[in-house]
Amino acid sequence: MHRVEVRLKKHQPDARGLGLVKDIHDLGITSVSYVRVADIYWLDAELTRDQLELICSRLLADPVTQEYWYGESLHLEGEIGPNQHSIEVAYNAGVTDPIEATIRKALNDLGVTGVRAIKTARRYLIDGRLDISQLEAISSKLLVNPIIQHTVSDEPSGFPENPRYRFVRKEIELNQAVQQFGFSDDELKAITAYFLKQGRNPTDAEMETLAQTWSEHCVHKTFKARIRLGEKTIDNLIKNTIIKATRELEKPWCLSVFADNAGVIDFDGRQALCFKVETHNHPSAIEPYGGAATGIGGVVRDPLGTGLGARPILNTDVFCFAPPDFPYEKLPQGVLHPRRIFKGVRAGVADYGNRLGIPTLNGAVLFDERYVANPLVYCGTLGIMPREYSNRGQQQPGDLVVVVGGRTGRDGIHGVTFASEQLTQESSATSLSAVQIGNPIVEKKVIDTLLQARDRHLYSRITDCGGGGLSSAIGEMGADTGVKVYLDKVPLKYAGLSYSEIWISESQERMLLAVPPECIEELMAIFASEDVEAVIIGEFTDDHRLQLFYQGNLVCDLEMEFLHQGIPQVERVADWQQPSHAEPDFDCPQDLGEALLKILGTWNVCSKEWVIRQYDHEVQGANVLKPLVGKDNNGPGDAAIIRPILDSDKGAIVSCGINPRYGEIDPYWMAASAIDEALRQIISVGGNLSRVALLDNFCWGNVQQPDILGALVRAAQACYDMAIVYETPFISGKDSLYNEFEDEGKVISIPHTLLISAISVMDDVNRAVSMDFKKPGNLIYIVGTTWNEMGGSEYLRLYHLTGNSVPRVRPHQAKWLMERLATATAKGLVRACHDCSEGGIGVAVAEMAFAGGLGALVHLKHVPLGEPVDRDDFILFSESNSRFLVEVAPEDEEQFIEVMKEGVNLASIGQVSDSETLEIYGLDGKPVLEQKISELKEAWQKPIRW
Amino acid sequence: MTKVRTLILRGPGTNCDAETAFAFQRAGADVTSAHINQLIRREVPLSDYQIFVITGGFTYGDDISAGKVLANELKLKLGQDIRSFIDRGGLILGICNGFQVLVKAGFLPGGDGREQPITLSTNDSGRFECRWVYLKVNESSPCIFTEGIDRMYLPVANGEGKVVTGGKALPDSSIVLTYSDQYGNNDPGYPDDPSGSEGHIAGICDASGRIFALMPHPERHIRGTQHPRWTREGVGKDGDGLPVFLNAVKWAKGI
Repeated sequence: MHRVEVRLKKHQPDARGLGLVKDIHDLGITSVSYVRVADIYWLDAELTRDQLELICSRLLADPVTQEYWYGESLHLEGEIGPNQHSIEVAYNAGVTDPIEATIRKALNDLGVTGVRAIKTARRYLIDGRLDISQLEAISSKLLVNPIIQHTVSDEPSGFPENPRYRFVRKEIELNQAVQQFGFSDDELKAITAYFLKQGRNPTDAEMETLAQTWSEHCVHKTFKARIRLGEKTIDNLIKNTIIKATRELEKPWCLSVFADNAGVIDFDGRQALCFKVETHNHPSAIEPYGGAATGIGGVVRDPLGTGLGARPILNTDVFCFAPPDFPYEKLPQGVLHPRRIFKGVRAGVADYGNRLGIPTLNGAVLFDERYVANPLVYCGTLGIMPREYSNRGQQQPGDLVVVVGGRTGRDGIHGVTFASEQLTQESSATSLSAVQIGNPIVEKKVIDTLLQARDRHLYSRITDCGGGGLSSAIGEMGADTGVKVYLDKVPLKYAGLSYSEIWISESQERMLLAVPPECIEELMAIFASEDVEAVIIGEFTDDHRLQLFYQGNLVCDLEMEFLHQGIPQVERVADWQQPSHAEPDFDCPQDLGEALLKILGTWNVCSKEWVIRQYDHEVQGANVLKPLVGKDNNGPGDAAIIRPILDSDKGAIVSCGINPRYGEIDPYWMAASAIDEALRQIISVGGNLSRVALLDNFCWGNVQQPDILGALVRAAQACYDMAIVYETPFISGKDSLYNEFEDEGKVISIPHTLLISAISVMDDVNRAVSMDFKKPGNLIYIVGTTWNEMGGSEYLRLYHLTGNSVPRVRPHQAKWLMERLATATAKGLVRACHDCSEGGIGVAVAEMAFAGGLGALVHLKHVPLGEPVDRDDFILFSESNSRFLVEVAPEDEEQFIEVMKEGVNLASIGQVSDSETLEIYGLDGKPVLEQKISELKEAWQKPIRW
Repeated sequence: MTKVRTLILRGPGTNCDAETAFAFQRAGADVTSAHINQLIRREVPLSDYQIFVITGGFTYGDDISAGKVLANELKLKLGQDIRSFIDRGGLILGICNGFQVLVKAGFLPGGDGREQPITLSTNDSGRFECRWVYLKVNESSPCIFTEGIDRMYLPVANGEGKVVTGGKALPDSSIVLTYSDQYGNNDPGYPDDPSGSEGHIAGICDASGRIFALMPHPERHIRGTQHPRWTREGVGKDGDGLPVFLNAVKWAKGI
């Protein structure tokens, strides 16, 4: 066993260490002056000194900046002074560290063979006077996540092997099945009846298969339930709302909807776009980095596994966390601090997405204390494929089942048995859950090779392996034929997995193909050529049965019909009462500057540049409108535009809408507002409504509670109502329910959170408009009507109020208005456009001003109102939907009005100035706000300048 | 007339090959993208090409350090082929990860390739930086790729873009690009120099000027609509990066 420690030379600044010093200071521990981070490699092999020298000097250490030590023991250099502390952190057993495979490959290249195992660790050398409790705080709050890591204290003697698995066919007594698999009474009844008819007990694999296939995650039983709400009964919520809208709209450009892993629309007659957004909430809560990384990895495989496979071209991400300044002492037991979750999630998404070479171009970050134990991590991917590949393929009996990509381990299986996590002990078995870090390069290689195979027509069908692992993917793929799977053929990461574990493992980076036998040789050659593992694990049959074998033994034999149709429909009761919140009881302040500065500096509104710049948003060279725009490239863009085909002018616009605060008043208007917001952003950047498709992602609390389910029903109803009027069909969606956490008897449920993502086709990307003010003297128009809609606004939140007058959507007027504005933009009459959302006119005009580096003058008395509003603050900060601020050049004004005037409420409310000051005048014509744009921008940038 | 043949290297984790191919095609070249295994198996002989490109990406995940594993692989398995490609007068372009690879394999800044005199290290900010930068071209550089170019505005996207020379400064002629501020001033702070590079170096070449590597991405600014401010400053037909590819193709025609 050899230990190599690699460290930066003394005079080299340690950027990783400096970042950690900041984080330690944020904990309130200010005595730390310096941290150095060293990389540790444990090599289990017999190596000569020359070999070690070669490995260190040629591979592990950089000759210019780093130095190295090797030996057989820990803490080689005795330089730990009285005020120096060393913490060494290693991964637990069962955590797959992708670096190990890379090192193995690199050692082979160097001609070093016979290495039995490689482990990596990290050593932190901390300078500063610290007591034990402070060290413990640094370790537990920043360095170690016990789910995947531990501190190393002793010398390892070898890496123990996992205990071997010895085959035993396991049967389950039906009366014990409830506790073990979590079936409902009705489900268990159906299962019992089925196996009584078969005249035998089920095996564990059969029960696992049913549990996975019938899970909320796979079958969406709540959305398909029979729900009683008052007098009304809804038989299958999703069919009667979201899917119903799509069916009724019958858009010919919808190519594949609700039928596959992602929704598909036509792009330009030759190519199709494919869009999906998923959540990875629970894994991100317990291990933010790995959870979020595998979240992005998972959603990328959705377009790849849709139709015959789409190439991923854009990622989106939306996060919901508790505020980063959440007090440590209020943190529930076992919950990571939101700042750590935020940083870990951001890093996970960035590291995985950047490595895949997919630009992350759109997203949002929201904050609410109730996300403390259940952070939400939405990841989305847009893909493109030739139109003829847009429909799901169909395999024939006799086609082979091929698994491609990553190996199978115990990832996602809880309470499994592993060799000891401690490097030092012999293989004492301990129970722990396996969390995966994810390996983006494996996934990148899979994408590269799969698309070659697709274009050579070498497979008949494709799907991804996600939740439920092989059991869901193969079970679904074989539904209309039947399938035999030989589980002992599945390539494993390590020994010791039982057949059931292989079957339900959620290991990442795996895709499944159905391959006609005559194509198999050519297909396997493509994968082999680029070192991608692909293995035949079964074949499709015509007997409509799911049969699993392990070493020749039949371990599962289920009829497909029972597996897929046997689940009894769930019956639920829903109820919904509009809550009543306190209304504002304060007077309008004379100066609104302070309120505007405060709103700009709230966690929700403030600049997310820190996040955005750590994503590669330029890779693939396709973007036309970036997430950050304006004079200094740091203003908040409304939606992203890309040019998916580099030599065409056709574009794709991606946007999102989300506003959980409105859901506290009425989830119906929350959903309607989210849809309106996503559409507004498309209009703002120069798109139109003629080809917009939506995705829904519901994250909800415990839907067994009638009021929480009632809220879900209302939100879904709004989705239908709005989609029908706007003529924007839903093409795919996903739900994540039961997001609640019990802390000392108190249940923390997340706010009802609906994310609406929109994809739109733009005819000519050269018509794109950004939100920054362009030129002094240009006019500022407001398009749309302002109402006294302060409910759920950022402004009331400053006063810790929610209010009741939630922003509504008047979709018929809104649609007309958006279409007129889209026409004006297409004619080139709009110099800048920004939608009014959180913080209303106030935030929108401030953002346009500082993004353009220009001042503005605004008169609130000209703002068209839908009802009498006699307060300047309400007009400035109302969050009424369907409103835009538009910059129009004086010479274009006449034509702009000509296009807009019919049936649209609009008014010129001011103009762009070169004064670098935002001046706002109230209803009585007196000034209510005068702020330097530099101060507004500073307030907006400061909170997340980490 | 036969077109200039360009070979773009693909490998585990390269991810800018498609847009780099597009840039070379726009510049009039014939482009082949080949996986490193195809080169190692000699299915695609390097000797058939005039321009060899190592693009951006995260080869082998940038595990251990950025570009390191691919650098060793190239050096150990294709070192001879690359040497004779260079001796024959071929052009080599390394972008971002390609820069890291060429330096760590010893092909840049030049010499016998046994030593690695400089390196690319973690940015001073400790972060991955995706932002646009102003670049100045060193007039006295022999670089073929930047001939006639004075300044460029291009995006960077990297976490390890800081040039470190380990005491021995690079000869002036090997410095091709340095970061500047938008007015062209030579001593930019962060974020105009996003990495904190020694001498604010963003790109270097060998003594012949035929091997060139840079951290910024010229292939991401081929056309006007890629400029971050085209919606306010007006849109040009071509982007600042295109001349890099035009120069290469023009020169390679003469080989």
